[in-house]
Amino acid sequence: MRKRIKAVAVCVGIALTAPASAQEELNFDAYREMLADGNPAELYEMEGEELWRTARGPNNATLEQCDLGLGAGVVAGAAAQLPRYFEDAGRVQDIETRLMYCMETLQGIPSKEIIDGKFLQGERAKLAALVAYVVTHSKGEKIAIDLSHPKVKEMYELGERTFYYRLGVMDFSCASCHSQDGKRIRATQLPNITTREGAAEGWGSWPAYRVSSSQFWTMQHRLWDCFRQQRAAEPIFGSDVIIALSTFMAGKGNGIEAKWPGVKR
Amino acid sequence: MKKLFIAVPLALCASVAVADELQAKVEEMMLSSFKANGIASLDRQKQDEIQQACSSPTPPDAATMQRLQAAEMAKIQWPADGNYTGGDWKEGQKIAASGRGLTWTDKTPNNNGGGCYNCHAMDPNEVSEGTIGPSLEGYAKLRGNGEEIVKYTWGKLWNSKAYHACSDMPRNGYGGILTEAQIRHVMAFLFDPASPVNQ
Repeated sequence: MRKRIKAVAVCVGIALTAPASAQEELNFDAYREMLADGNPAELYEMEGEELWRTARGPNNATLEQCDLGLGAGVVAGAAAQLPRYFEDAGRVQDIETRLMYCMETLQGIPSKEIIDGKFLQGERAKLAALVAYVVTHSKGEKIAIDLSHPKVKEMYELGERTFYYRLGVMDFSCASCHSQDGKRIRATQLPNITTREGAAEGWGSWPAYRVSSSQFWTMQHRLWDCFRQQRAAEPIFGSDVIIALSTFMAGKGNGIEAKWPGVKR
Repeated sequence: MKKLFIAVPLALCASVAVADELQAKVEEMMLSSFKANGIASLDRQKQDEIQQACSSPTPPDAATMQRLQAAEMAKIQWPADGNYTGGDWKEGQKIAASGRGLTWTDKTPNNNGGGCYNCHAMDPNEVSEGTIGPSLEGYAKLRGNGEEIVKYTWGKLWNSKAYHACSDMPRNGYGGILTEAQIRHVMAFLFDPASPVNQ
């Protein structure tokens, strides 16, 4: 498996060093296609599957009774319908906050440990692997979140307001970069999240394996870094602003196929 | 018929009330969902008048835009000695290329880049250039270096919102992103005939 990753990295190196003129559209689709065949996210998916079935935490329990919205233990298709409102938790949850809830209620692993933790480390890293496992079982499914639920609808509306909310020393909002077609920051292409296709592209390609950093990033990780680049204060893991933006993107992209897990530059 | 007359204003009131409630929730969430980290304090989550007015898909009406722009215009600091373009274009080139600064991983609020290439083409030899802003290739070659364009460019760099209240461009001088000396270097990068921008 290690060797396979090395081979992938070599291919990427070749693709990135290919000469490109200023006029040429800087497009990484070709090498993304090459990668899709051996997406290193598979490693995380395997780790996640093992974590799902392994008895862990103070309660020495597995996650096999975790209800991701389609009934206890049902993983197939669950990610495509998240975020959703969960009666037991009393709030709208995305895949990450729902898994965190299951880890606490079933295994006894305190959510605080994850909320106060760091990405790629400790229980938050384990949570990311679980995300990889769960989304893989919604690969190719159409995004289908339930906007008819008043709590979900409210989250969508809060997310839409957040998307346009300018703040900080640089006056940026999400819309500053993500409200026009075919735009780039440097060489990075930006999805237009105000359109159905762009929202689905943004929502449906995370979590993803990031080639540039050799890391697996969840959607919360991605949004956290967006806020960093926006020059905002630091968003709290699993907080409403993350759920709101997620609900907005997923809801806007409803009906379009998700491509989880993605491969990104 | 009478009922309709009563119902319409009531419905209007209701929708306004709902909208205000949503706005209040957003403002509360933009504080409660965040924590301060290093130089990125929670003050960043509170909007000033410009940010508030430009936080919807539709810009404010023309009169409001003009009022906001006039207020921003008054915040521009013009060079006291009249030296607009006497910076070092090579320094300006570095500032334009650097997108660093002012995130919660930056230790100091000083020594920031301008991040110009994030959105603009400048030196035709730089391939990795953003497209959110207009191309600035051949800036002075195309526009000349008359007093009007020089002053406009300084003002735009210092406070872009003076010219378009809802511009996507940061207020570099007013926001303390770049110093006066740095802005002068960027001006040289745009106006110096020897600068690669004008080749």
